[in-house]
Amino acid sequence: MKIVVSIKQVPATGADKRYTDDLRLDRASVEAIINPLDEYAIEQALRLLDAGTADSVTYLSMGPATAAEALRRALAMGGDDAVLVSDDALAGADEWATAKVLAAALDKLEPDVALMGMASDDARGSLVPGAVAAMRNVPLLSYGSELALADGEARVRRLSATGFDWIGAPLPVVATVTDQVGEPRYASLKGIMAAKRKPLETWSLADLGLSADELSGGALTRVTDARPPEAKGPTERIENVPPAEAATRIADWLAARKLI
Amino acid sequence: MTYLPTAEHDELRAVVRELAVERIAPRAAEIDEKAEFPHDLKELLAQQDLLGTCFEERHGGTNLDTIAQTILVEEIARADATTSLIPIVQKLGALPIILAGSDEQKDRYFPRLASGEWLAAFALTEAAAGSDVASNRMRAARDGDDYVLNGSKRFITHGSVANLLTVFALTDAAAGGRKGMSAFIVETDSPGFAAPRVEHKMGIRGSPTAELTFDDVRVPAANRIGDEGEGFRIAMETLDRSRLGIAAQAVGIAQGAVDASVTYAADRQQFGKSITEFQGIQFMLADMASQTEAARQLTYAAAAQVDARARDLPYWTSSAKLIAGDTAMRVTTDAVQVLGGYGYITEYPVERMMRDAKITQLYEGTQQIQRLIVARQLLQRAGVVERG
Repeated sequence: MKIVVSIKQVPATGADKRYTDDLRLDRASVEAIINPLDEYAIEQALRLLDAGTADSVTYLSMGPATAAEALRRALAMGGDDAVLVSDDALAGADEWATAKVLAAALDKLEPDVALMGMASDDARGSLVPGAVAAMRNVPLLSYGSELALADGEARVRRLSATGFDWIGAPLPVVATVTDQVGEPRYASLKGIMAAKRKPLETWSLADLGLSADELSGGALTRVTDARPPEAKGPTERIENVPPAEAATRIADWLAARKLI
Repeated sequence: MTYLPTAEHDELRAVVRELAVERIAPRAAEIDEKAEFPHDLKELLAQQDLLGTCFEERHGGTNLDTIAQTILVEEIARADATTSLIPIVQKLGALPIILAGSDEQKDRYFPRLASGEWLAAFALTEAAAGSDVASNRMRAARDGDDYVLNGSKRFITHGSVANLLTVFALTDAAAGGRKGMSAFIVETDSPGFAAPRVEHKMGIRGSPTAELTFDDVRVPAANRIGDEGEGFRIAMETLDRSRLGIAAQAVGIAQGAVDASVTYAADRQQFGKSITEFQGIQFMLADMASQTEAARQLTYAAAAQVDARARDLPYWTSSAKLIAGDTAMRVTTDAVQVLGGYGYITEYPVERMMRDAKITQLYEGTQQIQRLIVARQLLQRAGVVERG
């Protein structure tokens, strides 16, 4: 059983983000991390590997050359090898172009499960998993709090309004998991040392048999404007008071608006 | 020789800092208040392979260089001094075996220490023999293939939680501590061994400091480290290296106090403005940070000297411990001053850091002993006293 976990390198949560003149994120100016929601997908894959259910875990990312750092960090947590798809023609790729590239890479890697986080921390489109599944013509099992594999079938446990559902489909599948999977592990010191020796390949668009033209220059969409959200109305701050008094005032505020 | 941190050092620091900020710092106040050994954090450090950094790979360790080991301790101590003692004492307890043990002893014990399954401790100090190591009284009498140990030890860090002790005892009482002391590996489940009491301390309160009693404890002769009579030399060579761990701990405590002070000052308003606008505060923060940096760089320089097998190693490690310990005490005291009344209460971490800092001026050789060591090195260089 082979799992490929797709991960995205994103700016650190809470970092002060800047944009370049063509309204793209200035990646050089901020610390980059593994998309935190992807860490749950990594954790889920590694749990299946630890349990012996999965035989191998490969990481896949599309991004600039620096995204190799994110793949090394993932390899430090566990898993076998990694592939970075990096090509100048992909700068500014949108969800459609990203899905097209990942689908082509997955066609080459042929995993039983292509596992992804439920969203990225920067764009939060949540479109890529569904698009990849559609392009590869395989089932999508989304928003799992757990992924189970048995008898040629993948199943995800998905929380619902009344409890939870188990949703299954025959392999191969695309699956996404949520932060309910469980806390992602820390990379151990030996894991970090071992990760430096694990295989990490870089593929270009040509390696995937894709051309820049096919990808419409990397995107179907174009960013026309970017600005910070407008400030909301006045904010009431409760400061320098004992915790009990602060709690009472918060409760009164909520009660006055019939929220509690 | 270079002692600038490498990319690997930076990576290690980032990894340990993340772990320390997310998992260790939130436990620090509770560990201090309850004075309980943090078994959970010992497990965490073991799981992350952070207790095996001084052991070779063939024993399951990661064999990091001494600067890397220093950074590890520093980053944990920045969050919690008590927890930083777990890797410090693991190495301290193992150093006599690393320096003078047989391959058979290393093969038998190091895998369990490197994995963190077992904890080690270093049992040298006695109630009446602190700085004056040579006045130790504990005895080890040869009996067939065994030695029989009798006596007691005091102020033994982790003595009550360790699985393995390196114990120093007189095999030739007439020759005295300097020539008649030997070192032994004692497993703490040996009959006749007990840790009847732990001290109530001002700081590092989660780290048990135990009194140990040995009542006819039988130790196989195969567990003697080095030859009979080599105990004093082994103890001194251990301390020449281990006190660097205390220097690293002191740097970490000081850095924690600097960071807490800057964070507090940035938020605190008085007289209608941020207190960071007052030069009185700025000057204190600048002194605290620059002195901490100086202590750190001297500690790294001393760490590089360990790996370079410097002949004058005691000069370096004692200087580092002396400067770092005094810096930690001064910087944490100033941190309490920056926070004012809030610095004096347990709601903020700096009063704990100030209490924790004091021990770095006392253990593994008081600051006065460090000065004696540095002075002896100077006088040896000048040819005033003989090397030895």
